[in-house]
Order: sequence, then C-alpha cells, then structure tokens
Amino acid sequence: MKIQEADAKSLLLAQGLPVPAWKVARTPAEVEAAARSFLEAGAGRVVVKAQVLVGGRGKAGGVKLASSAQEAAEVGSKILGMDIKGITVRKVLVGAAADIVKEYYLGAIIDRASRRIVLMASAEGGVEIEEVARQNPGAIHRVSADPELGLLAFQARGLGLSIGLRDPLLSPFVAIAQGLYATMKANDADLVEVNPLAIVAEKASDGAAIQRLVCLDAKVTLDDSGLARHAGLETLRDLDEEDPTDAQARRLGINFIHLDGTIGCMVNGAGLAMTTMDLVKHFGGEPANFLDVGGGARHETVAGAMELILADPKVKAILVNIFGGITRGDEVAAGLIEARAQQAREVPMVVRIVGTNAAEAARLLTEARFETASSLDEAAEKAVAMAQGATQ
Amino acid sequence: MSILVGSETRLVVQGITGREGEFHTRASIAFGTNVVAGTRPGKGGQTAIDGSVPIFDTVAEAVEKVGANTSVIYIPASGAPDAILEAADAGIKTIVCITEGIPALDMISVVEAVRRAGARLIGPNCPGVTSPGRAKVGIIPASIHRPGHAGVVSRSGTLTYEAVQAMTDAGIGQSTCVGIGGDPIIGTTFLDVLKLFREDPETDAIVMIGEIGGSAEEEAAAFAAEHLKGVPMAAFIAGRTAPPGRRMGHAGAIISGGTGTAAEKIAALEAAGVRVADSPTQLPRLLLEAGYRP
Repeated sequence: MKIQEADAKSLLLAQGLPVPAWKVARTPAEVEAAARSFLEAGAGRVVVKAQVLVGGRGKAGGVKLASSAQEAAEVGSKILGMDIKGITVRKVLVGAAADIVKEYYLGAIIDRASRRIVLMASAEGGVEIEEVARQNPGAIHRVSADPELGLLAFQARGLGLSIGLRDPLLSPFVAIAQGLYATMKANDADLVEVNPLAIVAEKASDGAAIQRLVCLDAKVTLDDSGLARHAGLETLRDLDEEDPTDAQARRLGINFIHLDGTIGCMVNGAGLAMTTMDLVKHFGGEPANFLDVGGGARHETVAGAMELILADPKVKAILVNIFGGITRGDEVAAGLIEARAQQAREVPMVVRIVGTNAAEAARLLTEARFETASSLDEAAEKAVAMAQGATQ
Repeated sequence: MSILVGSETRLVVQGITGREGEFHTRASIAFGTNVVAGTRPGKGGQTAIDGSVPIFDTVAEAVEKVGANTSVIYIPASGAPDAILEAADAGIKTIVCITEGIPALDMISVVEAVRRAGARLIGPNCPGVTSPGRAKVGIIPASIHRPGHAGVVSRSGTLTYEAVQAMTDAGIGQSTCVGIGGDPIIGTTFLDVLKLFREDPETDAIVMIGEIGGSAEEEAAAFAAEHLKGVPMAAFIAGRTAPPGRRMGHAGAIISGGTGTAAEKIAALEAAGVRVADSPTQLPRLLLEAGYRP
C-alpha cells in the first residue's frame, strides 16, 4: 500500500528521525494560514508540495516556493485541483523552505535475490534513483542488513563514508540509516526512501551557522500482508486517490486492477490471470482489467466480480477462465448464471471452465446457453472476436 | 528418482485438522503419498482422515515416533512462520509451505533460520510439489499429471496446472512439478530447482514458468546458458501486458523502477537458448522443437 509523503514523514518521526515540521492543507486559505505560521516562526520562504501517490510531481508543477502567505495561497490554489498523471491534487504539504547545501539519496528495500533488507545510498540525490541506476549504477552504494542483528553501526558508517560524508555529519547519518531500517521493521514496510536526504544550512540559537542532515522528502510503501498486525496503518490508505472499484474488490476479497481495454477478464489465480490478459492482447484485443477471484471462490464472489467488470462502460466482451483446483467449476458456473440474471446490460461472454467439477459446470452452462470454449487460446480468440463484433 | 518428494517421502501435515489440511491430505493419500502423521497442538493421540493418520502435538514427535522427513503446512499466515520454524527445529529437511499472505519481513528471518538448520523450504504461497506416480505434497490437482521425464518449475499456481495439463495432453509426462511460490521472499528459487533437476538422472527436459517482478528468471537463464547446455528447455513468462507499479495479485509480481518486466526476462531466456512460448499451450511443442523425445 502506498501512503502519502506527510504520513510517511510521521512514520519516520516516530522513529526519531530528523524531519522538518510540516502542515497539510486542503484549501488555499489553509495553505495561507500554514505558510503564515512558518514565516512568522522565521522561515524565509515556504514550500508547497502536492500530495499525490505518483512520482514526478515536481516536473508536473506540483512543487512551488512562496515568499509570503498571500503568494503561498496563490500557489496553493494553482496546485490544489491540478491533475498529475490522472490524479487530482486534493491536499498539499506546506513547510519552511530549506537552504539546501547538498542532496543525497537513502533508501531501504527488500532485496529478493539476497533475501535481506538492503540499504542503498547515493551522493546523487534529489533525482529519481531508477535514473541514477540506469545512467550511473556505480554511484549507488549498498549494504545488507543482518537478518537477526539488523543494520549494524559500522555498516551504516561504511555506507555514509562511501557517499562522501565525514565528521560531524557521519554520526547523524548512521542514526538516520538505522532509523530507516527501524521504520521498515516497525511498520512492515516494503520500501522506505528519503530522497533527498539533505545537508541544510541553518542558524543555531546563538546565531552561528550550522549544517545538519534532514529528511526533506519521504516515501514509504507498506506490505499489504502486514497491515492487519499494525493498528492504525490501514487508516493511512488514501481513499481520495483510490478507484472506487478498488475498495469494492477489497470487500469481495479479490484482486482487481482496472485497465484501459474492452475485454473484461475473470480468472482464478494471479499467474493465469496475467496470462489471460497477455493472450487477449496476443490475439489483437485489449484487456479491460486484471481480475483474480482467488482460490475457492464461491458463487457470491463470482457475482460480485461480474458486477465490477460490468461497472466499466468500456467493456464490450467478457472472458471467464477458470482452472479448478481448490475452486469448484460448478460453483463458478452457478455464480455466472446468477450474475447474468441480475446484470444491468447485455455483454457477450465466453466461459472456459476446466479442472475440478468441470463436467457439472459444463452442464449448467450449456443449459443456460452460455458460449463456452475448451482451451485458453480458443477462449481468448473468441472474446476478441466478440469485442470486435460489438464495436462494428 | 525425482526431486524433493518421491517414494522415500514420509509426510507430516501441519494443520491436518483444518478444512484445507484435511481435504488436500485425502488427495495426497489417494495419489499414493506416504502420509505418516499430522500435527494439531492439543490433539495429540487422536487420529485424522478416518483413523488412518496419527495426530501428534508437535512435529518433533512426528519425527521421533513415525520418522517424518517432509512437512507440508496448511496453517493461516499468522501461525505459518512458527510452523516452518518448528519443522526446521524438529529436523525436517523438506518443508513445503502453502500458506499465502505471510509478511515479507517475517520470511527474511524464517528463510535464514531454515538455512541454518540445513533444511529446505518450498514456498510460501505456493501450490506444492508433485512427483507423478510417487508423491503429491500440496494442492496441485492430481488429475493433470502423467509420470515422465520433464521437470516443471513455476512461480504460479493455476498457470502451472494449465501448462502441466497441456504437457500431459501432448503425451509429455513429468518427473517432478515444483511450485516455488509467488512471494518476494521464498525459500527455494528457480536456480535451486534447476540445480536439482540437473542432478536428477530421471529429468531429461525442463519447463520453467515465470512472471514479472524480481530477477530470478534472469538468474535462472544465466545458469541454464552455462550448465544446462543440451537439456531441452521451454519457458513461459506471464505479465507481458501488466502495467508498471501495480502488484498483479501475487505479492512478488510487480514491475518496479522499470525492472522485472516480461520483455527483459524473455530476452534473457532466449539469449540463453531457452525457447519462450507465447501461450502455455505451446510449451509441449517447444520442448519437442528443442529436441526432447518423451
């Protein structure tokens, strides 16, 4: 589950990491009030950042500076309501603009190959790490945390030294790197990323110029499998950005991803569901969704899944592909028959059910006059022909 | 011979009294698997499956009293990591975990502990392992198999059934079918299974079924190029049309930061001399084209 920058920063703060203060605003008036409080506290300028769960908001114009509260309100009114990669900006983060001396990248990931948590750091911060990985992979330094002992201080120190940090910033860097690891463990995160981790110039209380390492941005994604054991994390799900069908799919306990095509797919098993989409494309069609009804789907789930597919007005044909193992074919057939009796619009459908109780399913489907197919390839070809017929 | 499970398997079912545990244990027994025990803490001394399988409180007792050497786990995600660790601690050397939804960070510690115990974990979130004619450990439907000499290794469940059914229909039997699981952190990888198939005198050809996410297919391709020259191989990769940044059902099936795409995996496999199918139904034909004669 992706969460917003402001929520990610709260998780970092909870582990004691240095994160500058921020406020979240939903209206230009709130932006103005937040900006005023930072300016009155001594900030020279404020930054207003769109809160969206997609990358590239800076390039899209979703991050702006302002020198006065009024200017902040103007900037805020431009960013709020802006469309960034199809997502409408509904809230912004407001904070004091930092005086940045240098930017770094620091991230903690789950590395599949080594089966460890790996910390990655780069002196090329503030740009997308994927870009650095492509252009200059040698600039990314890595260290693996021990599965039992965690990220050890000497490992973190080595990582800091490799990106050029020296006294007095090395010790704070070790604390931050260990804090990223702690944030990951405390929340069952898949990814904890600070980009940029920045050296900022500040004035100490006695007026002396000092430099400090701070987490200027934060990105955290949470392991869906771990959500249930952390009270409160589910509330970080941003329902504003969620497609309403996602929430419905979650209630039904199925995996559903909306796509742009015209052929609705209902399949059991994630790998087979992807394969079904791939074959639709292979035969010249475009899948409207990825839908895995899961193992052992009952007829209510099947009916609910059909409703989700039909809610997409672009769907011109439906392909049902079930390889029964735990899932019983007759249960799925009953669900399809029930769904068709209730459905709001008539859409051609091809059904292929093999495996457990396939014979019983075939009898039910034939009686109810469903179009069937025996192989996966045949089912995909038929669905593509149906969708093309429907548009002519 | 076969790999991982076979006629020497003495299976203990962890969670034998649950709905899934009981259902699939019956299917395993019907297939000819030697199921020697089940566990259910607090119900030791009772029996399961119509009185035919003794229940023990612990895996250690199942090892000690009836010589269990392999375990299969049908326990919900909250208890599954503990079940794996208990099996490893009891000296079980092959542990198959069917359970889906175990947090990845738990698996990092569990995989390390299993490695230290000198055991092998298959899964989690996998359909299990079947050696046709010998043993079936897990939930792969019995009806799709036919004994033979082609090894199958896959990250998927039902997609594996599709591929195996196509092979059986074409007269290509299987030595062992291994579902390694769709999670980011798994106990046994493609590479591990390819090494086992290479050592198995009864496996003469290999089918590999991968999907988007991670780089395990690329690692397997590199191994195949070097060590499996002359072994007929065919592969299928699911997710050519998957959008980046979205988890496609399996926790591990995600294209992130532009890597883990089907195109990269297919290119790596083809460069290693592995034929890659456009549909799982083509796999038998590609094996034959690669020179395999069942």
